[in-house]
Amino acid sequence: MKSAVVTFPASNCDRDMYVALEKITGQTPHKIWHQDSDIPNVDLIALPGGFSFGDYLRCGAMAARSPAIKAIAEHAKRGGYVIGVCNGFQVLTEMGLLPGALMRNASLKFVCKTVQLKVENSDSSFTNRYNTGQVVDIPVAHHDGNYFADDQTLAKLEDNGQVAFRYVDEKGEATPSSNPNGSQNNIAGIMNERGNILGMMPHPERFIENAQGGQDGRGFFESIINSLN
Amino acid sequence: MKARVHITLKNGVLDPQGKAIQHALDALGFSGVDDVRQGKYIELDLAETDKAAAKANVEEMCKKLLSNMVIENYAIDID
Repeated sequence: MKSAVVTFPASNCDRDMYVALEKITGQTPHKIWHQDSDIPNVDLIALPGGFSFGDYLRCGAMAARSPAIKAIAEHAKRGGYVIGVCNGFQVLTEMGLLPGALMRNASLKFVCKTVQLKVENSDSSFTNRYNTGQVVDIPVAHHDGNYFADDQTLAKLEDNGQVAFRYVDEKGEATPSSNPNGSQNNIAGIMNERGNILGMMPHPERFIENAQGGQDGRGFFESIINSLN
Repeated sequence: MKARVHITLKNGVLDPQGKAIQHALDALGFSGVDDVRQGKYIELDLAETDKAAAKANVEEMCKKLLSNMVIENYAIDID
């Protein structure tokens, strides 16, 4: 799988994403600077975590107006895969490629811990290596991960199976105490209707080998590779 | 010409920061504050001299960058 990782000023998980993609795909990802208006022909573009542009105005707002954005949107329009993790998810909502918005955590605190996620829909390009209902461990680290969408949008996401991951407890129940940020319906990650764009707050690239504490994140990247075969 | 833009959260969007401010005011003894909503204030100095044209331009700015229409409203004052 050919991939590219986009770096914005103050991205800080771009190297983690790069290393994860390199290890799992066996191919060297392209490094894209936010001012590059051309992106090589790849299967996947990844928008990494971090605090692009210092979270000025709104998280992801400035990054979503960068020169590289046009090429990312064109890649998505052609059906190419796009993933946004953490700040990358915020950028995708600010670009309008994914519905809703990510607001300040309900606790007002930065949360940095490993959480349990339930795979809501294994019939997608990003989750087909998991089983529906499977509970996986993935770390979160964010201050603004509180997913908000209006009732109509939420109903559409749920009805279409566009919710990829939900915060749950060890038994797989979406409880208030297992929700680290106040997200509506405990939503941790969503896809677009077409199924080629995914945004999630947790960091699968930080859990790809046991030295990192676990490797439940591998399945996410392996799913994308699998969907290309 | 100066444009003053107020960005506020839409009704129905929870504002945990506003709630925290309300609790802090309460802790300081300011009773009777029923609700607090936090927003943003942005000042723009414009070269435009026509008020209507300036307003239309700032409105585009609000839609494209200054506000996130999913969660926020904007109000523009020009003088």
